[in-house]
Amino acid sequence: MRALLTSKWTKIVVFLVCLIPLGMLVWRGLNNGLGANPVEFIQLTTGRWTLRFLVFTLCVTPFRKLLKLPDLIRFRRMLGLFAFSYLCIHFLTYLVLDQSLDLSAIWKDVAKRPFITVGFLGFLLLLPLAITSTAGWIRRLGGKRWQALHRAIYFAAVCGVIHYYWKVKSDVRMPLFYGALVGILLLWRLGDWFFKRRSAAGARLSPQHAPANPAQ
Amino acid sequence: MLIRKAPDLTSADVTPKQVYLDRRKFLQAMGIVGATAVASRRLLELAIPPQTVLAATKFGDLIKSPFSTTEKQNSYEDVTHYNNFYEFGTDKGDPAKNAQKFNTSNWVVSVEGDVAKPRKFTMEEILKIAPLEERIYRHRCVEAWSIVVPWIGFSFSNLVKLVEPTPKAQFVAFQSYYDSRQMPQGRWAGIEFPYVEGLRVDEAMNPLTLLCVGMYGESLPNQDGAPVRLVIPWKYGFKSIKSLVKIKFQSKMPPTTWNLSAPNEYGFYSNVNPNVDHPRWRQNKERRLGEIFRRDTLMFNGYGDQVASMYNGMDLKKNY
Repeated sequence: MRALLTSKWTKIVVFLVCLIPLGMLVWRGLNNGLGANPVEFIQLTTGRWTLRFLVFTLCVTPFRKLLKLPDLIRFRRMLGLFAFSYLCIHFLTYLVLDQSLDLSAIWKDVAKRPFITVGFLGFLLLLPLAITSTAGWIRRLGGKRWQALHRAIYFAAVCGVIHYYWKVKSDVRMPLFYGALVGILLLWRLGDWFFKRRSAAGARLSPQHAPANPAQ
Repeated sequence: MLIRKAPDLTSADVTPKQVYLDRRKFLQAMGIVGATAVASRRLLELAIPPQTVLAATKFGDLIKSPFSTTEKQNSYEDVTHYNNFYEFGTDKGDPAKNAQKFNTSNWVVSVEGDVAKPRKFTMEEILKIAPLEERIYRHRCVEAWSIVVPWIGFSFSNLVKLVEPTPKAQFVAFQSYYDSRQMPQGRWAGIEFPYVEGLRVDEAMNPLTLLCVGMYGESLPNQDGAPVRLVIPWKYGFKSIKSLVKIKFQSKMPPTTWNLSAPNEYGFYSNVNPNVDHPRWRQNKERRLGEIFRRDTLMFNGYGDQVASMYNGMDLKKNY
């Protein structure tokens, strides 16, 4: 399993698999398969894939620990960058095809429509993470600060779910589904953090008791 | 009162569905055979045609309506595969898939309430109320997309005159058919069924208000509200109730489904109005299906000449 996860080829295959949704979209576009409202279709599809890739990215750490497969970390940055890439297509579709780059109208939308505000906020949260995703930036920021910054993905994922929930008219099943996935993944982290803190506190306590004995 | 003579279209002119071979389905099936089979299920359908598929009835000799627009009509494909008909699912493509087996035979529309002559109309009777017209209307959805559709029907006022509303009648309540067994997807729609809508009596009597039985020269496809619906072109699409079964004249303003679901987003009037935004999106522009960039939305969807006078003195920002 380890050999498979660390193989260069696995990474290439995963990369190509992540491109399939984009490829399907392009294929549909070339074959008149985007339906009656292509702009809406692209927005909906890329929005959903953004959420899915955010969920995949958030899955990496729990799966590494639960399945004892630390090498899964090799895919986290790629998955996160795919989430951001699909988000960029989503956002660009809105800016160019949906709003024809009418900046004043877009700004009004962002300011006035809560579902757009929260979607835009999610984009702003992910932007620095994409920029600082390189090894160079990890070095420059230092592991601790880099990690703290990249916790912004939690809030971005929540923004994405709220954005979707506020967008739909009445059938909230899909937004709730993604909300549940993100909720579980964030709760796992909370539990993990709580458990680690407790065991760390326990570890601190026992050595303090230990030297007391020889003194007697 | 003048009751127009029934059109010379009788039930005998309706092609029996067993005999009728839907050309579109046939060509589609031939295409699949020619392209060496996309899905085996389709091939099976070809070998054993599903019993429940209702063939579309062609309507001949339609009167050309002066209300028709000369704008480019949307394709039949778009109008039949991009639908909001939440009883059959909330994705735009759901109704085309899930309404195929919707049984609309023996349809009856009941007209009741404050009328001198309450009665039930069969589809045969409805088709004889007035000569059928083709009316090419702009249709603007509250979701900011629009289409141009050649509907078939006649002014709803023709039916109203037959039942003779009493002076008490100020409003008309409409109700759609609902059967959770035929429409199992409806339970996930997030809105209450049966779907209900309403108009003021003067709105219902406006000649633009169409009692619609077909489109593109044929009877209505199931996903577009078969067998009979309303089309009210100056209001957002959700006012144009589909698969109509009940019409009730009354003195009180009737409840309407989307208003019940989200009163701050959908009002009773719901006239197309570029100056009053939906809380979640702007209404001053719309995307005509088939086009990429948005065009301006017109006040009353461009039907102001015919309808604006009904709202004189009303604050349309308040009565959205």
